Amino acid sequence: MSFITGVGLTSYGKHEGSSSLDLMSRAAELAISDAGLKRADIDGVLCGYSTVAPHIMLATVFAEHFGIRPSYAHAVQVGGATGLAMTMLAHHLVEAGVAKHVLVVAGENRLTGQSRDASILALAQVGHPQYEVPLGPTIPAYYGLVASRYMHEYGVTEEDLAEFAVLMRAHACTHPGAQFHDPITVADVMASKPVAMPLKLLDCCPVSDGGAAFVVSRERTGETGVRVRGCAQAHTHQHVTAASALSELGAEIAIARAKEASGVAISDVRYAAVYDSFTITLAMLLEDLGLAGRGEAAARVRSGYFGRDGAMPLNTHGGLLSYGHCGVGGAMAHLVETHLQMTGRAGNRQVRDASIALLHGDGGVLSSHVSMFLERVR
Amino acid sequence: MSGSERLADWTIGAEAIVYQACERCGNLQYFRRSFCAACGAPDPVEKRASGEGTVYATSLVCRAATPETRAHVPYNIVLVDTSEGFRMMAHGDNDLAIGDRVTARFVPFAGRLVPHFTR
Repeated sequence: MSFITGVGLTSYGKHEGSSSLDLMSRAAELAISDAGLKRADIDGVLCGYSTVAPHIMLATVFAEHFGIRPSYAHAVQVGGATGLAMTMLAHHLVEAGVAKHVLVVAGENRLTGQSRDASILALAQVGHPQYEVPLGPTIPAYYGLVASRYMHEYGVTEEDLAEFAVLMRAHACTHPGAQFHDPITVADVMASKPVAMPLKLLDCCPVSDGGAAFVVSRERTGETGVRVRGCAQAHTHQHVTAASALSELGAEIAIARAKEASGVAISDVRYAAVYDSFTITLAMLLEDLGLAGRGEAAARVRSGYFGRDGAMPLNTHGGLLSYGHCGVGGAMAHLVETHLQMTGRAGNRQVRDASIALLHGDGGVLSSHVSMFLERVR
Repeated sequence: MSGSERLADWTIGAEAIVYQACERCGNLQYFRRSFCAACGAPDPVEKRASGEGTVYATSLVCRAATPETRAHVPYNIVLVDTSEGFRMMAHGDNDLAIGDRVTARFVPFAGRLVPHFTR
């Protein structure tokens, strides 16, 4: 068994003058104290990567900087799926008895530490160096390709996609740590600058500074336990040119395996935390995971289904689209928010029932997937 | 040993699209390797593609990340299912739609030659 015993999250946006290590340290400090632990209790460290400050041994660099000497430590790289992949690994590590308290941490000054062009350029390198990158694609273009095909096959419109941006912004408006607090409308999304059609500026997540961390432990440290019920991955391709048909993408494979590993059904889920780098990402993943029928996710947004008071509250902190995206930490904010919801600490964002949550992360261009079920135990 | 000779293609400056075919299992692959990614057999045969295909997906890039590519904005990134049966990324006319039958030519882009599909 394993429990998420503590969580830490900085605000996302601009942290002028903070390095990646500063942001990681701040989040780690919050998570350890949230778990009721001391630094010395941490015997395992898993960290993500920083595009601003790349290093071949980031976990060790962080451990030294933070002042701990873990018995197990290394970095993990699975793009946007890194946070959940680290959580899955931490779960297995504590279950296997390798470590007692694993700190999972990421942080990056991606917004103020480098130019926006540098960020876009660094990320475009997930493309094939000979067969794709010379054509000048960007990450939004990779997802724009997927979007064009998905819209073609399932009759989804640009207005449908805009609904997801509006929803994430509405949620961000209720969280003081979010990067954006101005409400937007479908018309605003439609009128925003074209980036890589059909995706426009407000269909895309921002670049942010921020940090997130959690502690994964063998035993719970508080009264309410948040237990990892089961998780699974799927990796079907790296490059969009080599992607399988839309009907055979990895999210469906990962969720099927996670259901089998946990014995949880989608009908048991009360809260959803789903990767949302672009509006199309969220729309597709919700449908792949079975949280909406094909081509029907936008209608569910319009009906309030994914709202705080809806049947399936989704990314109540605002997601990558509006809380912000600082790299690996970006999607870790989804887990932090889920933990707050499950332990009844989400304040004005608190949902009625978050007893069982489904989390899903995606890395690359729908290349790497991690699905995870969390369960509250008292 | 190497049974198949490398054919020059657009990735090294030639006006051609090249793919590989496995003689053992029949798998076609676009990304060049010294083996078949489906069955592992060595030395798939290199073949020159006709340049004919059907548009699978499109994305018009309006915000580029480098000065060299910015000079070409907007440009259309397309995925094309070739008549030979493999999928490739290329450029295309800005008004291409999914399902259009297209043919490749080669145009300069950011200091090199890239495949560009037109109806």
